[in-house]
Amino acid sequence: MKDVTTRLTAYWKAAALALVASVFWGVSPQPAHAEYGDVIINNYSDAAGMRPAVFPHWYHRIRFRCNVCHADLGFKFKAGGNKITMAKIIDGKFCGACHNGEIAWSVENCGLCHSGKPGTPTHIHGSTVQRLVAPTYKPVQQGTN
Amino acid sequence: MNKTIRKVAGGAGLLAVSLALPMAAVAQAVPVTSAEVTGSTPTKMNVSNANVFNRLLKKETDPNPDPWEDGYHDPENEATHALQPPKVAYEGWPRTPFGNHVDWVKALNDGLINPRYDRVDPTVEPLVMDLDIVRPVRASVPDVVFPHKPHTEWLHCSNCHPKIFIPQKGANQINMSAILLGKKCGVCHGKVSFPVTTKSCKLCHSKPKPEDWEPPVSEASLKNPWR
Ligand code: HEC
Ligand code: HEC
Ligand code: HEC
Ligand code: HEC
Ligand code: HEC
Ligand code: HEC
Repeated sequence: MKDVTTRLTAYWKAAALALVASVFWGVSPQPAHAEYGDVIINNYSDAAGMRPAVFPHWYHRIRFRCNVCHADLGFKFKAGGNKITMAKIIDGKFCGACHNGEIAWSVENCGLCHSGKPGTPTHIHGSTVQRLVAPTYKPVQQGTN
Repeated sequence: MNKTIRKVAGGAGLLAVSLALPMAAVAQAVPVTSAEVTGSTPTKMNVSNANVFNRLLKKETDPNPDPWEDGYHDPENEATHALQPPKVAYEGWPRTPFGNHVDWVKALNDGLINPRYDRVDPTVEPLVMDLDIVRPVRASVPDVVFPHKPHTEWLHCSNCHPKIFIPQKGANQINMSAILLGKKCGVCHGKVSFPVTTKSCKLCHSKPKPEDWEPPVSEASLKNPWR
């Protein structure tokens, strides 16, 4: 059951993307590909009148290994999956474990994090699922056709 | 890949130019007709939009654009212009033709970067384990070798075990479909680590099959009544 739903979701995502791609990339000179792995986080920002947060993943892995964030600080491997809020950040959680004026610049630099185009949905940029032209294959069960 | 061609082809949107075509054809924003390509006298062409040369291929544009030009950073936000362009950070690094277009494994091994393993203490060393796991593949592609070494240089065991992989050889069912959908190896590969694309297959599929290896023949072919 869960499998079917995920597959369907993936299918619709791909279909929607193909549509967006044909409309958007077909007519505009904007790049069809940008920095791989940038995370746009917009669970709440738009609704609060802030630009979405953009987390430059490449930039951080130059300075820290994955385990620091994904084991020690508890970031789940899921764009938007951590329900980050400013309340948690100023309590020293998530981004606030470092952006506290001691390890990295402090939270009052709102615009450095909230730098996304308004209306951009939460996603990890340039992911393979996102870039497939058609949905991936469905494995055939042994013994069936 | 030829740098100039990539640059010119960038920004051309749907423009149907294959890499093999001469540069002269590149400047315009309409599909290129065969007459223009061969340089012969252009006769009137009525090729419909449905029959453009590349219907589905999207050309890779600049893979490391400046933040204010990448399409999802807002250039109207002044602080966007204070962000570091990836090109500046990647200066002098070994390149790859996919993902961030840099080789993270080599950059780390060559000491071009020294990311911390601990949030505050820069002297903590990672717990590196050198153990290769070979996963035989039933298809003709080389077998998969999963190397623990480059993974444990970046990650902690608990990032993978036991949530993504049961730590036992062969205990996990993996196939390409799952990987492409972002499961198993695809939790990271295709998101932040090198993605699955024609030029990266052999990074994972790295153990060649024996000389005399033949792919198993389908039963439907052995029993084919129409042959
Ligand atoms: C270190 C990065 C960072 C900085 C600096 C930062 N934020 Fe945020 N902020 C985030 C992230 C990440 C989220 C979660 C985004 C989402 O899901 O929409 C967020 C969410 C928010 C939200 C919506 C959720 C909530 O908490 O109500 C508001 C409003 C907000 N930020 C305002 C600000 C303001 C104002 C500043 C400057 C004083 C600021 N932020 C500085 C990272 C940052
Ligand atoms: C400085 C902290 C930090 C470091 C270091 C870091 N990450 Fe992340 N990672 C994040 C954040 C933040 C997100 C987005 C989470 C969110 O949106 O709630 C993320 C998201 C991800 C995702 C989720 C993509 C998806 O499916 O949506 C993966 C996979 C990932 N990181 C893997 C890695 C790997 C592999 C490394 C090491 C090479 C690494 N991360 C290093 C902070 C970090
Ligand atoms: C493990 C520590 C750590 C965590 C967690 C972390 N950062 Fe950072 N971040 C840094 C450091 C260190 C810098 C570089 C600071 C400097 O240049 O002084 C940085 C820089 C940045 C930059 C600026 C990049 C540039 O171009 O200069 C942005 C934007 C940013 N972080 C956003 C975030 C957001 C959003 C989060 C949470 C989702 C986050 N960071 C979580 C350590 C962290
Ligand atoms: C990037 C993910 C990842 C990380 C990090 C990782 N492993 Fe593994 N590990 C795997 C995979 C994949 C397998 C193979 C499982 C299979 O064949 O089904 C495996 C297999 C194993 C096995 C079984 C070996 C055997 O012969 O049966 C052990 C033991 C193990 N890992 C221990 C560790 C330890 C200890 C660490 C940390 C130092 C670690 N792993 C880090 C992915 C990882
Ligand atoms: C991130 C590592 C990785 C990359 C990159 C990768 N593969 Fe795989 N591939 C695997 C693993 C793991 C399996 C499962 C092996 C097994 O049966 O245990 C697999 C299985 C396969 C199979 C067998 C059928 C199936 O779905 O299980 C084929 C065919 C295949 N890969 C082709 C490719 C091709 C073509 C590419 C490049 C476009 C590629 N792979 C890139 C890891 C990878
Ligand atoms: C938790 C995240 C994660 C998972 C899951 C994962 N990898 Fe990786 N892998 C990485 C990171 C990080 C690197 C370092 C290179 C990079 O980021 O591009 C890497 C590097 C590699 C390399 C080394 C490439 C080289 O240039 O030498 C191979 C091979 C590889 N992975 C295969 C696999 C296979 C096969 C699987 C699944 C069985 C897998 N990985 C699962 C994160 C992961």
